[in-house]
Amino acid sequence: MIEREVKIINNAGLHTRPAATIVKLAAQYKSEFFIHKDGLNINGKSIIGVMTLAAEKGSTLKLTFDGPDEEEAANEIIAYFERGFDEL
Amino acid sequence: MPNKQSNVYKGLAAAPGISIAQAYLFKKEIEFISSANIEDVDEALRILDEALEKSKKELNKVFSLAIDKLGEKRAAIFEAQIMILDDPILIDTIKNRIKTEKKTSEFIVNDEISKYQSMMDTVNEPYMKERSQDIEDIKLRIVRNIKKKKWQSHITDEVIVVTDNLTPADTVLFSRANIKGYVTNFGGLTSHAAIIARSLHIPAVLGLHDATAKINDSDLVIVDGYRGEVVIRPTEEQLDYYRKRIENLTQYDEELSKLKDLPAETLDGREISLLANLDISEEVDLIVSNGANGIGLIRTEQLFEELDQFPTEEEQFEWYTRIAEEIYPDIAIIRVLDIGGDKILPVDVQEANPFLGWRGIRFLLDNKQLFKTQLRAILRASVHKNIKVMLPMVASITEVRQSKEILEECKNELKYEKYSFDNNIELGIMVEIPSAAVLAHEFAKEVSFFSIGTNDLIQYLLAVDRGNEIVSNLYQEFHPSVIRTIDFIIKEGKRHNVFVSICGEMASDQIAIPLLIGLGLDSLSVSPALIPVTKQIIRNISYEEVQKLVEKCLAAVTEHEVKNLVTAYFDKNIKTHLKSFFVNG
Repeated sequence: MIEREVKIINNAGLHTRPAATIVKLAAQYKSEFFIHKDGLNINGKSIIGVMTLAAEKGSTLKLTFDGPDEEEAANEIIAYFERGFDEL
Repeated sequence: MPNKQSNVYKGLAAAPGISIAQAYLFKKEIEFISSANIEDVDEALRILDEALEKSKKELNKVFSLAIDKLGEKRAAIFEAQIMILDDPILIDTIKNRIKTEKKTSEFIVNDEISKYQSMMDTVNEPYMKERSQDIEDIKLRIVRNIKKKKWQSHITDEVIVVTDNLTPADTVLFSRANIKGYVTNFGGLTSHAAIIARSLHIPAVLGLHDATAKINDSDLVIVDGYRGEVVIRPTEEQLDYYRKRIENLTQYDEELSKLKDLPAETLDGREISLLANLDISEEVDLIVSNGANGIGLIRTEQLFEELDQFPTEEEQFEWYTRIAEEIYPDIAIIRVLDIGGDKILPVDVQEANPFLGWRGIRFLLDNKQLFKTQLRAILRASVHKNIKVMLPMVASITEVRQSKEILEECKNELKYEKYSFDNNIELGIMVEIPSAAVLAHEFAKEVSFFSIGTNDLIQYLLAVDRGNEIVSNLYQEFHPSVIRTIDFIIKEGKRHNVFVSICGEMASDQIAIPLLIGLGLDSLSVSPALIPVTKQIIRNISYEEVQKLVEKCLAAVTEHEVKNLVTAYFDKNIKTHLKSFFVNG
């Protein structure tokens, strides 16, 4: 299992559009992907789940990846967070 | 006026226009959700699948309609809704619960999705409430389809839709019928529904709280989207009044068309460049049809707010290009992002004195990447050479020089990337901080135009917060120091042939216009709707006479004296020529 902390760096935070993109990215992989914040464990393959996260700029999330292609999944999704959801 | 009656209700003026039509009560409450136990699980699962499929079809229709009517950007809100119908976690959970709990699918769907909504509702952020509404919409849609209820879409034309809350999907779907207006219990000025109503030119009054309780189906209703008023079951007298207003608006339009092609020129031949301020891109039509000479101020904040995120260079480029092309060959002055003060900062910063804090050019120089993205987009949109850039909240020469360096940097990048742009794009500043006024002579050597922002200038000059009711009466646009400062800025600007315009609310104050013209401004920039009346005033001014008026005002020492002078001039020389415009008052 891969566990990583990521920071929200784009100004608008985790709004609906990046939420949709994250879910689409996660759907390409077999591995389980969870987002942990404020005691909530959200399945990253669920759009409605990810939409319940209120993650502003500057907040930190913990991501976990578990499965056969966890490394590839982690690389792609973490990179998307680090690029500020391509909104920088 | 027959307005102060008990059948007149006040809400938010969300989209302008006046309509008189029958009400169509659009109710979306779920009549009844059965929590009964079921025998046939397979049947329940089949009903669920069909309902999901049906919902998907409906939403895809809304989505493509929205792309047509609103453009891809605003339509994007529906994409997430469609994804929810395919959400593997949500749908699996719902199916498993139907199997194990053996309850109706409508009950499980409602219960399961409501869980997510209550999580969203606990977050104290307006955008999460909005998101919860979007989820409500999808939940009701699935439940309705499970119950095989038809969408209430057989709306006869020409009705005013009265509803609890307008979702973006409703707004778009209704737009196919010839809807005359929207009235809602809930929703704010920046809600998706308000923005969509404005872009579809449908009058809307939102946030009446109990509109659906007060209005019955088929009641005659008047929606006044200018004043934010709704008249329910109007009296004959009220109907006459509003029919007259609609008629006046039509007449007014005719009057306008006569003025449209005439120059904004004084009786003795001084021509003023009459420009318009633009908040949302839909206003370009009005600016052109009202006969403005161009756009004196494009406030880019709206673009940023509407998208609830920082737009990319491409998105901004498209937006600026569209405006530049629509207004061509006239000019458009784009003010770079001016956030802070009373405008919400997109980043979480608490300041004790936001008006003296991190706003305007200060914010941009500290966020160079954001600044560059905007400058690059503006440059790329400048190919027709009718765009100018303006910096807000400038206090020091250094800020202008730094901005110029960044502008050069952007130009070099674009050259390297083989983009074309206007290499001689003009740069100007808002003169709204007293230090910029004092250094007007020096600033004039650095830039090619000034735009005097009276709102901030007055508030900083007099040290009065307009929003503070205790001192707001001390905010005086005719304070002698204000008049003298504007006079100084214009004189200093002229010494270096700098084009001087004014774009604050003072330019929209009819009484102030003769004084401003007399001060020697090259240009006024006012809201699009005020272009014709401003033109009418200018065309009845004698430049020679208003210069004398200015002399007297510059000698005055109290606000009272200045105000008496300008009012007397206005009453004597202008008022009689404005009769037809006052009818709409």
